[in-house]
Amino acid sequence: MDVIIQDIGFIIGTTLMYSTPLIFTSLGGVITERSGVVNIGLEGMMYFGAFAGAAAAYFFQDPWLGLLCAALGGAFWGLIHAIACVSFAAEQIVSGIAINFLGAGSALFISRILFDGATQTLTVVDKIPQPLNFLFGEGKLFPSSGFMDLVFNRFATVYIAFAMVFIVWFVLYKTKTGMRVRAVGENPEAANTLGISVVKIRYGAVIMSGFFAGLGGAAMSIAVVSRFSNTLISGHGFIALAAMIFGKWKPQGALVACLLFGAAKGFEIYLGAKGVPVASDVLAMLPYVITIVVLVGIVGKTVPPAAIGKIFEKGGH
Amino acid sequence: MSGITKKFGDFTANQNINLTVHRGEVHALLGENGAGKTTLMNVLYGLYKPTEGTIKVNGKPLQVSDPNVAIANGIGMVHQHFMLVDPFTVTENIILGNEPTKTFGVLDLQRAEEEVRQLSQTYGLHVEATAKIQDLSVGSQQRVEILKTLYRGAQILILDEPTAVLTPQEIQELANIIRNLTKAGKSIIIITHKLNEIKQVADYCTIIRRGAHIDTVQVNEVSEDDLAAKMVGREVSFKVAKKQRERGDKVLEIRGLEVEDSRGITAVNGLDLDLYQGEILGIAGIDGNGQKELIEALTGLTKVRSGVVKVRDKEVTNRTPGEMINKHRVAHIPEDRQKRGLIFEFDIAENMVLEKYNVPPFSRWFTLLWDKIYQNADLLVKKFDIRPQDSRVLARALSGGNQQKMIIAREVSNDPELLIAAQPTRGLDVGAIEYVHQSLVEQRDAGKGVLLISFELDEIINVSDRIAVIYEGEIVGILDAEGVDEKSVGLMMAGGSA
Repeated sequence: MDVIIQDIGFIIGTTLMYSTPLIFTSLGGVITERSGVVNIGLEGMMYFGAFAGAAAAYFFQDPWLGLLCAALGGAFWGLIHAIACVSFAAEQIVSGIAINFLGAGSALFISRILFDGATQTLTVVDKIPQPLNFLFGEGKLFPSSGFMDLVFNRFATVYIAFAMVFIVWFVLYKTKTGMRVRAVGENPEAANTLGISVVKIRYGAVIMSGFFAGLGGAAMSIAVVSRFSNTLISGHGFIALAAMIFGKWKPQGALVACLLFGAAKGFEIYLGAKGVPVASDVLAMLPYVITIVVLVGIVGKTVPPAAIGKIFEKGGH
Repeated sequence: MSGITKKFGDFTANQNINLTVHRGEVHALLGENGAGKTTLMNVLYGLYKPTEGTIKVNGKPLQVSDPNVAIANGIGMVHQHFMLVDPFTVTENIILGNEPTKTFGVLDLQRAEEEVRQLSQTYGLHVEATAKIQDLSVGSQQRVEILKTLYRGAQILILDEPTAVLTPQEIQELANIIRNLTKAGKSIIIITHKLNEIKQVADYCTIIRRGAHIDTVQVNEVSEDDLAAKMVGREVSFKVAKKQRERGDKVLEIRGLEVEDSRGITAVNGLDLDLYQGEILGIAGIDGNGQKELIEALTGLTKVRSGVVKVRDKEVTNRTPGEMINKHRVAHIPEDRQKRGLIFEFDIAENMVLEKYNVPPFSRWFTLLWDKIYQNADLLVKKFDIRPQDSRVLARALSGGNQQKMIIAREVSNDPELLIAAQPTRGLDVGAIEYVHQSLVEQRDAGKGVLLISFELDEIINVSDRIAVIYEGEIVGILDAEGVDEKSVGLMMAGGSA
């Protein structure tokens, strides 16, 4: 019985850990797409954030500074995407693809300069802390490696991610700014006739999406693992993008979709650790297959913001 | 507004227009489609910058550089196509851009809803403050748009074709609302081309024709006939030379046709019509009275709700466009030649076979026979004098007149039973217009049935043998074009009785 509870605790814990980077990035996706700008470049922004976070945490020996640098790095690429898509009315998908290459390429380029030609950073000693660690262990409130420890003794990024879901939801649905973002994503012409600056709103939203994708990258490189490597992100940005769509462009929906993917990942690791006689490649497929099957089966038709991907030009006819 | 001129490139949309509106007055702007009414109002609302002219509000000169300036000076506009965010509630739409907030920019929706309820009570504009726009009727959406302007303190309200999308009951309601607003001291500018509405609600009326200011009149001193005459105008126009017509067999028979528009509103409402070989039947009417839907029903582009369409005594109701073209020989010169008539990135030869590329002699098995396709085009280019005379030129590179020649060449070379020409001379210069008119007459003389749909009354009267006037989806009268009185047709078009 104890073993089963412990196993469940292990799966929940891994779920939380692996969901966190996706949650951040997915929130970024929600913000930008709610304003009507598609950001397929989340992968590249996450990639760059993962590198910037690990490198900064390594050199400054401060994980929080690492987190900040990751967010700013992501935001930088968000700015580039905004300049291309909003100011120059570029095709948003094309700009996003370019940013995927540029984000990854520039991260590797800087990595080779800073780390002696290596496409990975050195191990980060000062990782993101586990804020509730003091509750667990010999003679503490909960024993170590128990259910409570496995579930609740997590990195700070996990708690931040959950708080962010609430904050983004609150801002989008309860504040003036959020209402304007959503209005711009649905009907920019209407917003424009009411004196709302579509350009400013979209710049803000796209930059914020980069900010969150950067956080997502760092949540990977200095929390889940302790270094950046060139295969670390490999598709997580796209998974986050898909989670945002499955989550119907809502923060809470994206959270559920990310958790589902994380759970599938946790299950994969659990089965692997148990030594189930299944090829590891098949196990590694599991998260993707489960996610697609469950989400396609459950979610049904989704309605994106009406003006998504459409170029808005003032006074354009 | 005085001396307002607005040019788009070479095109003058407004030429030296003056407009004065007093407090508490309803002022109608009357003119045909494309006369420049909406352009003038967009200038007032700050969406366009005037090329010349000045605007004064309450005696104070004003540079309306963008809608914010207009709003701040008490000018509100209800656009013909509503500017609403569909998934938002009524209240959210009304406060957007001007939101009441608590601390930290948190929306105070309760206060907003209360304000909206109060506004809607004050002016008798009944809407549910918490309903979503997408669940509301068009009439309610319009009330939301009016509330939006009132919420921002508008003193001058511009209503752009407010009745175009409304049901008769909703139009009545709107008239009451307008009365309530003027009682409260608001001024209303109403853009319209419906004469009875002007007589019903407006105090003054300014008539614009082809971008120029024709007259400003006090509505109770003029008749609908006078207004129609001023709106349509009497222009010098060359008569199209026509031989005596010889009416043949019936080509097209329409009985009780009902078609919905894309919003699900009945656009063609029990329409009956007959067309015979060797005649041009002109459909006269103001844009938005069901012409578009009628054409789409006849060409198979949309499904009809009920009614029967027969071409040469064969029922063709709800056939596909392909069947209409190839089997029933219905040719169509579409209203929008750029979107529906041509593929811009294809060359002349490719455009010429859009309807028959898949049949001999242009294809065999799975391959196109390019030799034949280009031979076909070379022939047509010469015969119809399309310039440049090169089948390999892309459609986009041709002038509007030559693009229209291409379409006519293609449609006519299909040897149709029935030729539907929708606004065939829109945007063309005088020479091209003459060519198009002659082509239509040639088809008629060759014994085809020609259905001409146009918003230009001159064109209808000149080219047609018979004129059918369409109003609110019905044919309200059929007249012989010979010696017809332009004024009486204009009156029927606007819903008056002849």
